[in-house]
Amino acid sequence: MRHCMSPLDFSVEEIDQLLDLATDIEHNPEKYSHSCEGKKIATLFYEPSTRTRLSFETAMLNLGGKVLGFSSAASSSASKGESVSDTIRVISCFADIAAIRHPKEGAPYVASLVSKIPVINAGDGGHQHPTQTLTDLMTIRSVKGRLDNMTIGICGDLKFGRTVHSLISALVRYTGIRFVLISPEELRIPDYVREDVLRKNNVPFKEVIRLEDALPELDVLYMTRVQKERFFNEDDYIRMKDFYILDRAKLQLAKPDCAVLHPLPRVNEISVDVDNDPRACYFRQVQYGVYVRMALILTLLGVKVC
Amino acid sequence: MLSVGQLQEGVVLDHIPAGKAMDIYKRLKLDRLDCQVAMIMHAHSNKMGQKDIIKVEAPLEKLDLDALGFIDHTITVNIIRDGSIVEKQKLKLPKKLVNIIHCKNPRCISTIEQGLDQVFYLADEEHEIYRCRYCDEQYHSSKKKGV
Repeated sequence: MRHCMSPLDFSVEEIDQLLDLATDIEHNPEKYSHSCEGKKIATLFYEPSTRTRLSFETAMLNLGGKVLGFSSAASSSASKGESVSDTIRVISCFADIAAIRHPKEGAPYVASLVSKIPVINAGDGGHQHPTQTLTDLMTIRSVKGRLDNMTIGICGDLKFGRTVHSLISALVRYTGIRFVLISPEELRIPDYVREDVLRKNNVPFKEVIRLEDALPELDVLYMTRVQKERFFNEDDYIRMKDFYILDRAKLQLAKPDCAVLHPLPRVNEISVDVDNDPRACYFRQVQYGVYVRMALILTLLGVKVC
Repeated sequence: MLSVGQLQEGVVLDHIPAGKAMDIYKRLKLDRLDCQVAMIMHAHSNKMGQKDIIKVEAPLEKLDLDALGFIDHTITVNIIRDGSIVEKQKLKLPKKLVNIIHCKNPRCISTIEQGLDQVFYLADEEHEIYRCRYCDEQYHSSKKKGV
């Protein structure tokens, strides 16, 4: 039985197959609409995340399956002190697959050790969020037609942003990728990503502070939110949160086919006047997230659709 | 000069950095073995200047070599039979550590989940870097940070 804990659980070939399946789902949704009839997904969300939870639930409903679960630790047995291992043992009796979000890093992995059903990590603290990375890869591939030979700018909170670390780790496996890392000094990429991922794989990159300096050379711009919940000090958060704002004027500096992505939710780092620009891909990204989760559910359940 | 009797059957841990023997004694839980243990500290060494030595009158299987390899894989392990060294075992950095070190990341599941082993894996042998199996938090082995 296979689980999904990290985007690197899949080889490049397996990711290609998964994205091919997601693309086929996008173009032929009817073909898959009954493929999970009689199957159930349990969404076990120990911390609030409306977007990811609803995306998983939509994915299963689109496949003809059913959903059950909880959306906060307070409404689960965790509030009575039940361990993650015990919870998944119980849920294994109710559902066919589980998506787990937990504030503690490694909690979905602990669940996978004893689970009788496939477990998907739907985000564990600041650690991993593999389905977001798969969503990002699908968006880039769908919009740009490829995942290689590109200059990718990543802007904002590069220190605490788990989606950033996962995306970089996933993209360095493709040829011809070059990164421009745009962040204030305090939110630069952690050393282990710079050394263990970028330098170790001989991936060209540069670190800059001004978004305007980077924009003209980018094929993809991945914007991120400065996450309040990752700061221990309120003053630091307030100082950092408005550092980068992409607006229509700045976007004029970008290539005409530059794709702008954002894992959402945004606060104010992308001005609403960018939303109607054809380069703004972040709402399409949400839709791709559903397709890629559908593909992942089918793959982990071993359901083949002819 | 201090004289410690010859070991007939057992294990001699040699070339322990001076002053570290007590720490190794505790980490290997040698106090729980029902056998004689001799600890010689700050002995003369041509190679190291000073060194510690531990003699244990017990078979090798009683010692946690993974823990010892993690603490210092340059320590020499001599296996003694009939009063002579019959084998010198080289220590390696273990690929996996179970319940030898603890994760210090307050956000790690291992801080709250009951009955969960503390598991680390060797992520970078050259730099002796271990990472928590659950949260990937980095832990440098003894040579980098001190045990």
